[in-house]
Amino acid sequence: MKVLIPGIGGLLARNVARRLLAQGHRVIGIDPRGWPGAPEKIELHPVDIRKRAAEQVFRQARPDAVIHMATISALLADAEERYRINLGGTRAVFEYCATYGVRQLIFVGRHTYYGAGPDAPLYHTESEPPQELGTYPELADLVAADLYAANALWRLPALQTAVLRICYTLGPSGHGTLASFLKGRVVPMVLGFDPLFHFIHEDDAADAIVKALSSNARGIYNVAGPQPLPLSLIAHEVGRRVLPLPEVVLAALVGRAGLPRLSRGALAHIKYPIVVDASLLRKETGFKHRFDELATARAFADAFPSGGRTSPIPAPG
Amino acid sequence: MADEISARVDRLELPFDARGVDDYGVSKWHLRVVFRVLALLYRNYFRMRAEGLQHIPPRGRAMLVGNHSGGIALDAAMVIASCFLELDPPRLAQGMAEKFLNRFPFASVWTARCGQLTGLPEHAQRLLESDRLLMVFPEGARGTAKLWKDRYSLVDFGTGFMRLAIKTRSPLVPFAFIGGGDAIPTVTNLYKVGRLVGVPYLPVTPWILPLPRPVPLSVHYGEPLRFEGTGDEDDETIQGYVNQVKERIGGMLERSRR
Repeated sequence: MKVLIPGIGGLLARNVARRLLAQGHRVIGIDPRGWPGAPEKIELHPVDIRKRAAEQVFRQARPDAVIHMATISALLADAEERYRINLGGTRAVFEYCATYGVRQLIFVGRHTYYGAGPDAPLYHTESEPPQELGTYPELADLVAADLYAANALWRLPALQTAVLRICYTLGPSGHGTLASFLKGRVVPMVLGFDPLFHFIHEDDAADAIVKALSSNARGIYNVAGPQPLPLSLIAHEVGRRVLPLPEVVLAALVGRAGLPRLSRGALAHIKYPIVVDASLLRKETGFKHRFDELATARAFADAFPSGGRTSPIPAPG
Repeated sequence: MADEISARVDRLELPFDARGVDDYGVSKWHLRVVFRVLALLYRNYFRMRAEGLQHIPPRGRAMLVGNHSGGIALDAAMVIASCFLELDPPRLAQGMAEKFLNRFPFASVWTARCGQLTGLPEHAQRLLESDRLLMVFPEGARGTAKLWKDRYSLVDFGTGFMRLAIKTRSPLVPFAFIGGGDAIPTVTNLYKVGRLVGVPYLPVTPWILPLPRPVPLSVHYGEPLRFEGTGDEDDETIQGYVNQVKERIGGMLERSRR
């Protein structure tokens, strides 16, 4: 099978690409960032997904399946750029897929879609609408991309579409929102709050995406592996000290002292949990995680022993 | 006593991981701290009496349904303590916490780590489907707001719990809680002041603060009730079932106070 991966330069996407290659698939990648040292067999196109050159890749390669991983999180770019990449790019991918006869499309989204708030339930199911967007407008472009991808299920019935909402990834690469938050020696927390964090080993996350492809999944799926853990316990497991600060102090420090400027909504993500019910994925694709929550934390801790750089506040990623 | 509490926490039949945390974030460490305090209150301060404990299933899903008694959630704490201290094996009763608690620092963590999740239908259904012991006060916050003179009466019951019990095929274990109204005799409730600080109301006692007196308290569990159906019955049918439960609890209250 010919599989095209927009956003192949990202860490998770690279892991997915290696797995597909090992399974004997032909892999084509699109990413303006490139992928230095990529396996030779992978055909790389360092172009922007919204430009004509990207459409030409679809036109010439005629992929059977597309795994769309070219979305970015709030920390990396300003609002305009995020909308351009996340929503504009997603729209382009779906249009190319429809035009050039792609049979299967996997949109890789994030579990932060559901939002974090005091009245939100634990274990979100796929049927729930996004919440708390009012307090966290920086999430809007990713939520819009997710909803746009999901409506392809009825808009483009010939395209086998799967929308994956993956929880935080963690592992030896140190990539991802949770990993960046845990990298410093001290993990800042909101005093009196200790939310559950749902995370999955980065290898398991890549396996889940490949599994969704091979089982021809159609629909919306939460992706998670083992049970969630309280943030303080995760910090302890990876050998970090927690620094609980009153919310007003933390809010005042954000944007100073090396911490990124963030909205009120971002603080909600370290006050309240976002935990997902991933039973549908397990049932329909047979996905099983290999790393439990403690092994996953250990894999990160071994690669990043305590004593690294100072940590930022997490943004959805 | 500390050893006894630890041993009981270890005997809880919940899916704890190697660090003593379950899939809802219930933590053995937090349970040990809380139950040490609750055991003192239960045994020494209130000299709690629990009757009919044999009616609570030793494992599997069930819903404890009872009256509110006392201006703060003292009744809930003592019901939870009775299931933990008196049942063999011990069980963790999981209530549906008032929404405001999750907004407050520390209250948010301690309720969550002890399995007292925010009062949402999604939580109640999921807990029952995971074969947990759910504790429900169908009177809601109107029930804790009862004044001293109304302490043996019942206010309107919500109906959500009944649909949930039918849908999840969970037995209802009715209970009557006695004495909370004497421990915390509410003279009046301050609703406006309460809203200012983010709670539904502030109960006022003759000694101003809602601190409980050391009066004997008791809880009486009754035989389980089962209702068959789909949970999608029309409101009248459900209301009829709810009335049966309410009458049962009302009768138990009458008998127990004598």
